[in-house]
Amino acid sequence: MQPTRGLPSAAERPSEQENRARPAAARPSQFTTISGRPIGRLYTPEDTTGLDYVRDLNDPGGFPYTRGIHPTGYRGRLWTMRQFAGFGTPEDTNARYKELLGNGGTGLSVAFDLPTLMGRDPDHPLCLGEVGKCGVSIASLADMETLFEGISLSDITTSMTINSPASMIFAMYLVVAERQGADWRKISGTIQNDILKEFIAQKEYIYPPRPSMRLITDVFSYCAREVPRWNTISVSGYHIREAGATALQELAFTLRDGIEYVQYGLDAGLDVDEFVPRISFFFNAHSDFFEEIAKYRAARRIWARVMRERFHAKDERTLKLRFHSQTAGVSLTAQQPYNNVVRTALQALSAVLGGTQSLHTNSLDEALALPTSEAVTIALRTQQVIAHESGVANVVDPLGGSYFVEALTSDMEREALDIFRTIDGMGGMVAAIEQGYPQKEVAESAYLLQQAIERREKVIVGVNDFVAEAEERVPTLYIDEAAADRQLTKLEKVRRERDDDRVQRALDDLRAVGAGVGNTMEPILAAVRAYATVGEMCDALRDVWGEYEEVPVV
Amino acid sequence: MHKIRVVIAKPGLDGHDRGAKVIARALRDAGMEVIYTGLRQTPEQVVAAALQEDADVIGLSILSGAHTKICPRVMELVRQHGLDDVLVVVGGIIPDVDVPGLEAIGIKGIFRPGSAMKDIVDFIERNVRARDAV
Repeated sequence: MQPTRGLPSAAERPSEQENRARPAAARPSQFTTISGRPIGRLYTPEDTTGLDYVRDLNDPGGFPYTRGIHPTGYRGRLWTMRQFAGFGTPEDTNARYKELLGNGGTGLSVAFDLPTLMGRDPDHPLCLGEVGKCGVSIASLADMETLFEGISLSDITTSMTINSPASMIFAMYLVVAERQGADWRKISGTIQNDILKEFIAQKEYIYPPRPSMRLITDVFSYCAREVPRWNTISVSGYHIREAGATALQELAFTLRDGIEYVQYGLDAGLDVDEFVPRISFFFNAHSDFFEEIAKYRAARRIWARVMRERFHAKDERTLKLRFHSQTAGVSLTAQQPYNNVVRTALQALSAVLGGTQSLHTNSLDEALALPTSEAVTIALRTQQVIAHESGVANVVDPLGGSYFVEALTSDMEREALDIFRTIDGMGGMVAAIEQGYPQKEVAESAYLLQQAIERREKVIVGVNDFVAEAEERVPTLYIDEAAADRQLTKLEKVRRERDDDRVQRALDDLRAVGAGVGNTMEPILAAVRAYATVGEMCDALRDVWGEYEEVPVV
Repeated sequence: MHKIRVVIAKPGLDGHDRGAKVIARALRDAGMEVIYTGLRQTPEQVVAAALQEDADVIGLSILSGAHTKICPRVMELVRQHGLDDVLVVVGGIIPDVDVPGLEAIGIKGIFRPGSAMKDIVDFIERNVRARDAV
């Protein structure tokens, strides 16, 4: 965009000091985003010189998709309102799903408990107190059958937040779908299956990085053949951000993770336009409104350019970055919890203005516990108000052309590319993780932000300012040990009733493929059909691959 | 005055270590000696670390809800090993209803979301110095 003639330049306009109506002490001396990015007082055409509309923005649906991947935006179809849920037993969670679908939710999103996420059966000693606490407990196919009882997998899409044991859980889903009579070629959904961000941030890893990457590329090639509409990976910045990263670090590390997966897929012999269209992304929707919007826009532009320039992709679907978003759990406060509804609404609005394909809104009570059904309903209603009342879904990329948003988008793109160069220089993301680089960067940012909050350079309403004399109490969900007891009983029953020889043969096959060559999905599917447990399947691969242990950095 | 020695531990299966790491740095910057155990430590490993490191304080970071099982086990081991004078504090998502139970088994400080680093530092200094003065 060219500067418009006749406007005063920034230098000619009144300065910040001259304009200041309130005493200086009441306002910060420097204005920064929550990520610490300095922000100017005013953005003008001068900040967007060098930006070429067709080359850098283009209409929505046109390369490089800065303004969105669909020409019609949300007019054609609203984003999917997908609420992440899971707790206790598969029976408990099945009831919550039926309620969410009954309330107008348009997709399911499964939260698993920590034993499931870590590939351990509920009776493992390390699972003390963890079964069914942070999500639903799934130990075998029997649990998966219960989880989706009465829900037609042909008619809904399901997202499953599962990483290290993603292949095992996905195989269970496929078998349930098959038994319902659903066609694998038509069903759709997503598995998170993103191990790199586990090493960087959430730390739910089992195996070392390189065999972990093999599990993922095996899913890529299996799905390209058998489950072509499945989203094989959701490359996630969400957790990187929650662990303390800035918006820029979230953007850069996530997209660089995406590049790593593409490279590994190519190295495994896949064609870029065959598997990359099924790669999707998952970003955080944090509190700094415009920085978030710029982040999503920059993400689309970077991905399109990298896929075309670095990987010579031709298929438009390869170039288009699709993403899910979730409001920032870390921004929720235990103090004055009703304020969280407002935070979540603003964060959700930024994701919508940034063109998200699906969205989860957090519940007001999540700094205290897993959410109650009432709190989840308010969170879903928040999305419905944005979609149907605010009018923002009527127009595509309404902030496109804003001097501020465009300048921020370009800055974030440029700075992310700098971080790519650093990581490339280390030998790629797997190598950077092995050197502890992103882990250290994230921990550093987390500490800097906490210091800024304690110095009150960043105000958190109800926590370090506007503190209430007496704290309001909200009802919370309490998950007792009963779910764990029920799961242990059920696990015993599954082990008693299945054909143990068949299980052992399947696990031996899995070990053999793990130690050798071949696609791990085939033996995993066979083990699932024999009712092998998540723990047993993960142990079979632990036997051949070992476990990863990070060097703790503080 | 001796340097206060703190073992910061993440027991259980959860890997969300932002809080544990931020607190570890804050305590270190406040002049304490901090030993961070890393992830997925059993109660046995945590108490063994406290014993070996001659810790004044054990700080547990638990966000998953597993505190109901982990904290009693840690306190049992603390007593078994004669570490009764070690200050045990916990940080994380602890529902109101669980607070009296944790206090009853001897958890001295419970720090929930929104706790300031400074308050945690002050709490530890005050309690360790008070113990040393006895």
